[in-house]
Amino acid sequence: MAETPTGALRRTLNLARPDDVYNAIVDAHRDLSDEQCRAFDARLILLLANHVGDEDVLREALAAARETMEEA
Amino acid sequence: MASFTYRHYPYHRPAELDGRSERRAVVIVGAGMAGPTLALALAQRGVRSVVLDEDDTVSLGSRSICQAKHSLETWDRFGVASRMVEKGITWEQGELYLHDKPVFRFNLQPEPGHKFPAFVNLQQYYVEEYLYGRCLDENLIEMRFRNKLVAITPDKDGVVVEVETPDGRYTLDADWLVACDGVRSTVRHLMDLPYPGEVFHDRFLIADIRLLSELPKERRFWFYPPFHPTNSVLLHRQADNVLRVDFQLGPDADPEEEKKPENIDRRLRQMFGPEARWEHEWTSVYTFTCRMMDRFVHDRVIFAGDAAHVVSPFGARGGNGAIADVDNLAWKLAMIVRKTAPASLLESYCIERRAAARENILNSTRSTDFITPKFPASRAFRDATLSLARDFPFARALINSGRLSVPTAQAGSPLDTPDDDTGWGRGPGPGRAMLDAPTGKEGEGWLIDGLGPEFTVLTFADEQARVVDLPREATCLCIVGDGLARQRYDARPGTTYLIRPDRYVAARWRRLDVAAIATALQRATGNG
Repeated sequence: MAETPTGALRRTLNLARPDDVYNAIVDAHRDLSDEQCRAFDARLILLLANHVGDEDVLREALAAARETMEEA
Repeated sequence: MASFTYRHYPYHRPAELDGRSERRAVVIVGAGMAGPTLALALAQRGVRSVVLDEDDTVSLGSRSICQAKHSLETWDRFGVASRMVEKGITWEQGELYLHDKPVFRFNLQPEPGHKFPAFVNLQQYYVEEYLYGRCLDENLIEMRFRNKLVAITPDKDGVVVEVETPDGRYTLDADWLVACDGVRSTVRHLMDLPYPGEVFHDRFLIADIRLLSELPKERRFWFYPPFHPTNSVLLHRQADNVLRVDFQLGPDADPEEEKKPENIDRRLRQMFGPEARWEHEWTSVYTFTCRMMDRFVHDRVIFAGDAAHVVSPFGARGGNGAIADVDNLAWKLAMIVRKTAPASLLESYCIERRAAARENILNSTRSTDFITPKFPASRAFRDATLSLARDFPFARALINSGRLSVPTAQAGSPLDTPDDDTGWGRGPGPGRAMLDAPTGKEGEGWLIDGLGPEFTVLTFADEQARVVDLPREATCLCIVGDGLARQRYDARPGTTYLIRPDRYVAARWRRLDVAAIATALQRATGNG
């Protein structure tokens, strides 16, 4: 697991019904082409980024997403 | 038939060709917007200069058209800004479109109570004509048209240049040389100095046309409009009913094809409809670069404006950045020439204006990346932002069709005295541009009109007081009463600001302390 240098990003579960949320995200992409998925995800990320509002959290999330790709 | 008549300015045979030569304090190379502005700002401080230009007329084409508030305030000191405002188009509103629908409107200066508007659109040739007119009236300025710099020998304590004229060559000795000779700077080339930066490949077409019908004053920007569905279009109005239409063409466009009048007319016909009539003023197909010199000062040679740094046109940062450069430079160079400040004061010009250039390049690169995304995911986020903007106000703030030029914060300048007192709310801190405000009992005057040519001690009080024992170099401006100025400066009785000649705040205090002012002034002039 990646280090948590600033600790702004929550790394433990924060969802009351994790399976429901996970499946809601996946289902929202159903029937979309790859290109449509990219357009959809861009909208979703922007909406959530604005809602989160905390730049430290966002930067740490960006780094974490990228780091875990390099590990895979 | 063009709306502007180019006047040819007279060439006079230089005295040097007849054996009369004298060493000059300041030689300025280039009579664009920056060179004459610098010459006027020096003359205002009693410093003589010679301006060399290879041409004998003003800018060919409208080029830099958005004249920002801070530039207008600079030109106002020479009495030419009101003429620019009268001739130009004042605009504060803009509207952004996606496909055929307006997404939102914006207002650049929602706050009233400033002498000058956020922007005035005026073609560069008018700005230069007004500046040339003032320069030619000024005894301390010698405008030398058709004088082309061909060689330069820089030294630790001066510069020798060789100049070509219709009557032959001559040499000129100068203590200082300022290169205001544009992006293809002859001075920079002759000195073989690098100009590192980034090259952009997207092509744009500028069509300046005179439309023979009434037009809105606002700036309009379209993403994917029906009349140019693959790219963006920017529309800006200028003086004389001239419109700037800027089409993004993409990286593969053929500039020669695009420049053909029939092809431009076809695009314009799609945009303005079959009834519209227009005349062509100026056409340009361009790509751009963002570049910055490593140092703006090389011993006695100083670079300013496009010669020192260049940005993409989105954001009106080229011309206005150049004016901010020479505004910053003029008072420092004047003090050095008059021997009231050490030559090392120029180091702060390099630090402050390189920081500003970096900020301008960053902003302009971000705008460019938004307008012309460089990879598929970048385009996906751009398009997502545009489609969210109508219903989600937050997304409007992310749309970047050019973050328009405002004075750069000069954080960390060695000339600033950091705040000692705490609890400042609003109000410009050290390193920030001062803010204009109405002054006088009836709000009949402006704060910027009360500034002296050198430093100004701006102090707030309940009743008019004469401050004694201030340093000689500073003018005192005492603001009485509870007006907008007091709010904008977060002022209470006693609050005092030290304002530089280029209208940046050097220091501020909660009470008027003459000794603290003297110390801050020493520091701000490199004498600390």
